[in-house]
Amino acid sequence: MTAQGLNGKGCSAGADDSPSLHGLPRSLFRKRLDVVILFILSSASLIALGLIFFFILREAFPFFRRVPLVELFSRTWLPTLEPPRFGALPMILGSATVTAGALIVSVPIGLAAAAFIAEVAPGITKDVFKSAIEILASIPSVVYGFFGLAVLAPFLQSTLSLPTGRTALTGAVILAVMALPTIASLAEDALTAVPASYREASLAVGATRWQTIWRVTVPAASSGLLGAVILGMGRAMGETMAVLMVTGNSPQLTASLLKPVRTLTAGIALEMAETPFGSLHYHALFSLGALLLLITLGMNWSAEWFRGRLVRRHRR
Amino acid sequence: MVTGTVESGSLQTAIEWMERDTDAEPVIEVEGLNFYYGRDRTLSDVSVSIPQHGVTAIMGPSGCGKSTFLRTLNRMYEVIPGARAEGTVLFAGEDIFKLDPVTLRRRIGMVFQRPNPFPKSIYDNVAYGPRVHGIRRRSVLDGLVEESLIRAALWDEVKNELKKSAFSLSGGQQQRLCIARALAVRPQVLLMDEPCSSLDPKASSQIEATTRELAAELTVVIVTHNLHQAARVSDHVGVFLSGGVLAEFGPTKKVFEAPRHPDVQDYLAGRFG
Ligand SMILES: Nc1ncnc2c1ncn2[C@@H]1O[C@H](COP(=O)(O)OP(=O)(O)OP(=O)(O)O)[C@@H](O)[C@H]1O
Ligand SMILES: [Mg+2]
Repeated sequence: MTAQGLNGKGCSAGADDSPSLHGLPRSLFRKRLDVVILFILSSASLIALGLIFFFILREAFPFFRRVPLVELFSRTWLPTLEPPRFGALPMILGSATVTAGALIVSVPIGLAAAAFIAEVAPGITKDVFKSAIEILASIPSVVYGFFGLAVLAPFLQSTLSLPTGRTALTGAVILAVMALPTIASLAEDALTAVPASYREASLAVGATRWQTIWRVTVPAASSGLLGAVILGMGRAMGETMAVLMVTGNSPQLTASLLKPVRTLTAGIALEMAETPFGSLHYHALFSLGALLLLITLGMNWSAEWFRGRLVRRHRR
Repeated sequence: MVTGTVESGSLQTAIEWMERDTDAEPVIEVEGLNFYYGRDRTLSDVSVSIPQHGVTAIMGPSGCGKSTFLRTLNRMYEVIPGARAEGTVLFAGEDIFKLDPVTLRRRIGMVFQRPNPFPKSIYDNVAYGPRVHGIRRRSVLDGLVEESLIRAALWDEVKNELKKSAFSLSGGQQQRLCIARALAVRPQVLLMDEPCSSLDPKASSQIEATTRELAAELTVVIVTHNLHQAARVSDHVGVFLSGGVLAEFGPTKKVFEAPRHPDVQDYLAGRFG
């Protein structure tokens, strides 16, 4: 269909053009057709993002029309009561607690692993560590959840003598392991992107390898490292299955790591199945989804910005 | 060491020692140096004494091992996996392979082919070395930064903008900043690997002038492809030939006017390399 349109156009143009020029727009278009096809295929991800955005916001909208936004940030979540209460603060705080706990563990370990792989480890050790991290990243989250449920939760329950092992701490530890590959591999990229000439210059004035890592390589990679941490945070924040299995899912407001919590993701996953389609509760869950989407998108964009800054800074 | 030589009783050795003293005392003595990247031998049986103070130029066709030779002197090659040096290298009479590399590199500084300032301020670039060696006092650091920038002939251009990023400088200024950074730990020897190769003629001649001035108080070993630069700047010249053989070494005038090795004659006449 498009080819016909081209022919028509080409003929009318050819009326007063020389024959040699006549062929030109056609080949140009054929080239452009490749580009168009590539563009359409590659914009699939963009379209998917747009569609997700559109539908989530569309389904969240009826909620915001009927319930004031501040209600979401109140303390009580009783969506099936009459009148219903839509205070998502326990879940927001639950997500924050679990994510923060995960980062406290995974950031130091992830950055140290990255520094070890990028700067210290000799050939084979480096490969072993890199593939270990890749395998960690490829384990399905339900397996992590199962491990947390079967091993970690009982362990924490008995060692800390808790009423239940399914706590924010359990989720944080599992999420730490899950966020570790993201942080370690992206941080390693950031460190590797630091030009070797900086290291040489540092060693050449008599700095030790550690001084070189801490005073030159890490500062030079800082924006990329920050990006890695933010993406790891996004990974932890968005994880659903594993946290759902190990955190106990109690929608109580608490800031304690040793109590059961429910995260935003687990809350949505748990309630979505049992909610009547089109009910206010249903739309409320979508508004939580929209909140989650905004947070993770914001994180991703800022992470990319930081990571891009690293590249821009050293491209000379 | 002095008394030891004299007390050994031999008049001959005493005279030799005195003659050596009136001549330039070697600061670096290389004896039977072989260098390998894995299996490939890059330097073959290099023996040379580099005199104290003044400029020694290292020349030779591309890939003959000039950079490798330079990186042996401060053991910078050690970061390359599989690189290995055999033989003796004495620095101020001490075996460099027995010295702590950190100490060695503080005393033998290096300037690289491409200017490589850190992504830090001008001040922090120069103060980097002293800080790494434990100097914290602001007044001491200020003094070292000023002294080093003056010696690198950059002070007048940057004294009012020490807080600015090093990347805001031109290529030639960046290279002089790198010289200042190397000087800030007060090395006795400065190794320079084609420091002008990425610079325009004006910036190159500034570096050359700086190098000449530095040579009054420290030993400069400079790799260069530029015969004119070597003739202008150096007191001694060493010429490597392919295979990593040091074919010629002597006072610049002598080597340029009457090279002994026929291949060096060809090289200096611009017939290859
Ligand atoms: N990191 C390395 N690993 C393996 N071989 C190397 C390495 N660096 C240099 N070589 C080899 O050693 C030889 C000498 O290299 P070197 O860089 O010392 O030469 P050069 O005289 O400085 O050359 P140029 O004038 O081009 O700078 C070359 O054949 C080179 O291929
Ligand atoms: Mg070289």
